[in-house]
Parts: sequence; structure tokens; C-alpha cells
Amino acid sequence: MRLDVLLVEDSPGDVRLTQEVFRDANMSAHLPNMAIHLHVAADGVEAMAFLRREGANELAPRPDLILLDLNLPRMDGREVLAHIKEDPSLRTIPTVILTTSDAEADIVKSYQLQANCYLSKPVQLDAFENLVRSINDFWLTKVKLPQQRPGD
Amino acid sequence: MPLQVLLVEDSPGDVRLTQEAFRDANQSVRLHVASDGVEAMAFLRREAEHHDAPFPDLVLLDLNLPRMDGREVLAQIKGDDRLRVIPTVILTTSESAADIANSYQLQANCYLSKPVELDAFESLVRSINDFWLTKAKLPQRREAG
Repeated sequence: MRLDVLLVEDSPGDVRLTQEVFRDANMSAHLPNMAIHLHVAADGVEAMAFLRREGANELAPRPDLILLDLNLPRMDGREVLAHIKEDPSLRTIPTVILTTSDAEADIVKSYQLQANCYLSKPVQLDAFENLVRSINDFWLTKVKLPQQRPGD
Repeated sequence: MPLQVLLVEDSPGDVRLTQEAFRDANQSVRLHVASDGVEAMAFLRREAEHHDAPFPDLVLLDLNLPRMDGREVLAQIKGDDRLRVIPTVILTTSESAADIANSYQLQANCYLSKPVELDAFESLVRSINDFWLTKAKLPQRREAG
């Protein structure tokens, strides 16, 4: 089984760490037939182009899960979230906010915009890796995700 | 500060198992039970005997329920400005692709299917606790609601 994850993140360090954790998860013995493909968009404009298959993204897969940072160049994560959840063809994709912000206003606003879940990035490396691992264990293992529609 | 969880479930066996799994997993969880959709909405809207009901931190919602089913409860929660921020997790025996897609379309926060085996069910409740009540940031409860 192939799972496509879109990570919308402008920090190269965080992208790298997330990639490494998913690579380890891919190699874990209990899910030998699952392959996680991590796609990266470095800002909100690029994320929407990927999701809408615009420009160079015409062959982009529909993601099974989106990990979305809030503070991004060009178009920020709040606006990306609003676009995703207003679009009937995109709104069923589980969208997890993954940000350094701990602000109550950001948490409430994200759930108001129908983020599926809000996680705040720990500063320590170990804790960050742990969190990415629990995203993998919960969202990509336990949760039932909507199936890809025929024609996708 | 206790974590308030509303379980909307009509099967007494599943209620019992969920209570026991939370008791083992997290002492600070207060589990409230509504056995159908009408009762769940009365709890969330603090109607009648529920006037002192807490604002839940998390709702666990079965789909097939007497009187008002889970799909309608979900639509009402997500259509209500005050209630829509509450993470609402579908927890049901249904594995049908239509139920999964429809639940996400109605903005369920996540969809889990109940395993039949006891051990697997307990382990799923533990994962709900570990992820939603430990890792996820939940909106803080507004005192005035």
C-alpha cells in the first residue's frame, strides 16, 4: 500500500527530520508492505499548486494526509487550511497543523477552520522525532483515511 | 484539570470497555456517556438536566445510534460555531468507504473503526488517549461556553 503525505514546511531542518523519521517508519518490520511517500511544499502557494495539480504539478498524487505549518512565506498556513476546507474535493483530506506556535488563538482558529488536529513542534530533536513517529503510528496506522477516488 | 470526554455510544458493553480502558490509561479523564444522538446534543447544548454539563475536550461518536444517528450529530456539531472546535472522533464498527468519506466530508476530525477483539479495542482506546489527550493541542474550554 502506498501512502502520500504532503508536508508544507519552510524550515529545511524540520523537513529533513520529518523525512528521516518517515524513512525509518517505512523500514519498520510491522508494516512491510506500506510505502510512505513524503512530498514537500515550501510555502502555501506551492502547497495549493500541488493540491490543485497546477503548473509542474499536473501528475501530483492526491495526498492521504497533509502536515501543515502555520507560518509560511507567500501564503500562510491559515489561508492554505481555509482553502483546503472550503474546497469540496480537498476538504476530506485530513490536515494536521504542525507548528511551533502554542498560542491559544492559533489553536482555536485552526479548529474553527476545521483542521483535523493541532500539534505543536517541540524544540528538542528527540521530542520532535517522537511526535512525527506518533503521527505515523496514529494517522497512518490506526486511523481510517478516505480512499482515493477512482480517477485520481 | 480533568479532561472531559463525551462518549456517544449505545452499546453498554462498548461503554463499559471504554470506561475501563480510560481508567487504566489516564486517571484525569472524566468520561461522560450519551446513549443516543438526542442525548448527546442535549449534553453539548446544556439543555434540561444537562445545564451544568462541561464543554467536552473530545467527543467520541458512534455512527449508528437510536433516535438521532451519529452522522446527524456530527453535522450539528460542525455546523455550530460554538461546538465545531471540539475534536470529534468517529468510533464505529462500520468500515464502509462511504461512511469514512461522508464523515470526513462532514469534518469529522478523525475516523477509527472498532476492532471486534477485546485486546485490540483496548489498545485503540489507549491510542486515542495517547494521541488526542496527550500529544494533540486541544482548544481550551471557555468558561462561559
